[in-house]
Amino acid sequence: MARTIVITSGKGGVGKTTTAAAMAMGLAQRGHRTAVIDFDVGLRNLDLIMGCERRVVYDFANVINGDANLNQALIRDKRCEHLFILPASQTRDKDALTQEGVGRVIDELGKTYDYIVCDSPAGIEHGALMAMFFADDAVVVTNPEVSSVRDSDRMLGILASKSRRALENDEPIREFLLLTRYSPERVARGEMLGVEDVQEILSLNLLSVIPESMAVLNASNAGNPVILDHESDAGQAYADMVARYLGEERPMRFLEPERKGLLSRFFRG
Amino acid sequence: MDQPVGDPPANSAPAFELKAAAFIMPVIRLLRLDMDAVEAQLMPKVRQAPAFFQHTPVVIELSALPSEDEEVGFPQLVGLLRGLGMIPVGVRGGGGAQHEAAKAMELAILSDKTKPVKAPIDDDGAPEPAVTDPAIGVQVGVEAGAHLIDRPVRSGQRVYAAGGDLTVIAAVNSGAELMADGNIHVYAPLRGRAIAGLHGDTKARIFCSDLQAELVSVAGHYRVSDNIPASLKGCLTQVFLDHDVLRIEPL
Repeated sequence: MARTIVITSGKGGVGKTTTAAAMAMGLAQRGHRTAVIDFDVGLRNLDLIMGCERRVVYDFANVINGDANLNQALIRDKRCEHLFILPASQTRDKDALTQEGVGRVIDELGKTYDYIVCDSPAGIEHGALMAMFFADDAVVVTNPEVSSVRDSDRMLGILASKSRRALENDEPIREFLLLTRYSPERVARGEMLGVEDVQEILSLNLLSVIPESMAVLNASNAGNPVILDHESDAGQAYADMVARYLGEERPMRFLEPERKGLLSRFFRG
Repeated sequence: MDQPVGDPPANSAPAFELKAAAFIMPVIRLLRLDMDAVEAQLMPKVRQAPAFFQHTPVVIELSALPSEDEEVGFPQLVGLLRGLGMIPVGVRGGGGAQHEAAKAMELAILSDKTKPVKAPIDDDGAPEPAVTDPAIGVQVGVEAGAHLIDRPVRSGQRVYAAGGDLTVIAAVNSGAELMADGNIHVYAPLRGRAIAGLHGDTKARIFCSDLQAELVSVAGHYRVSDNIPASLKGCLTQVFLDHDVLRIEPL
């Protein structure tokens, strides 16, 4: 039976889709059969970030409605044979997702996949609720910024009360914190919340700290999940994240401001 | 034009609208059927806070009685409650025969909405659409009735300790709400709202070890964060009513 992971946040624009793409690619590259599903009906972008937007025939809503079966809709990734993408519908709205339909798809995927990564839309309404309902694990993506922290806190409350595990009094969802767009220089100057400040409010298991990085935009332009950019700080931080999720010990990186020597200031690229 | 008798008038504006609302009411949870003991226990409470009980609708809870078949003696109980100024409106819990006796006294039968251990808190705060159902929030993952919270209270969550004190030993985040009929104790940062003495108990207090609350209130008298001195942050503080004036002072 697969492990279902929801990438959620409450706040929009914090890096959920970037994270879902990176995590799914990371897990698949380690040999685990992984499916990543876009739950943002009407505002889909997982297919763009994954670089498969020109191969979309059928989508999640088609599968739920029975217009196509799962195998017809799943898009195999060209870079990694273990990774499959289920895109969202762009033409419908979120009512296309029914709890029963979503449950069927996740059950079916669960039979042959090791991990199901659910890319949640922003907000706490139907789309987000459907994305997290069947989750076993939740990665709560948070920017080190007050409104994002509060929205993540709200989302944690919802995970604890509206998920299937909560409603059936099952073992609760495992919650992880992912801090994204972190700038150690700004934290040092007191302009940005640090890891401790965020943890004071959220008190979660910290999965990784992803630094603010130009590599993220480059990756989304190219349609390559940023974890494939091995040289970049963000790519490496995501690789650390996948390792820690799978139980490996890795020291937390990218927390200290870079000490710039004169030469590196000239050659910074 | 003359309308035939029995037809409604042609241009009648609606006379009423059917709506749903939730009301919080005190529940008298009977532990044993001894009317004299009930009276003896109730009278000093009524004397202590007469305004709280006068004309207050109350619900009679039967689920704690040893037997579902025992005759409650509603006429005597209802007479006693009315005599003390209360208005018994219904019963909750108990068996079929007890319900029949209640109905004979024109008491409503209210559904038993309390869930057992580990029920989630009423997350979105939406009341059930039944006029007399009390909207009670059950605490986070704790035995009902214990009124102790040991996990962080997240933004948007609401906790209500009915009929007693609430003790919280983990952080209460901004956007969360704590409510209690009695006192509220928070042994961690309080960043949300704390409302003590929800039903008018003016002697209720709020105690906390780190007051950063958005709003504090005792029996309806409240103050928002703006009016709470920042110097109290991090200190042991108490919030209480002193002759209708809300005081916030270090302990």
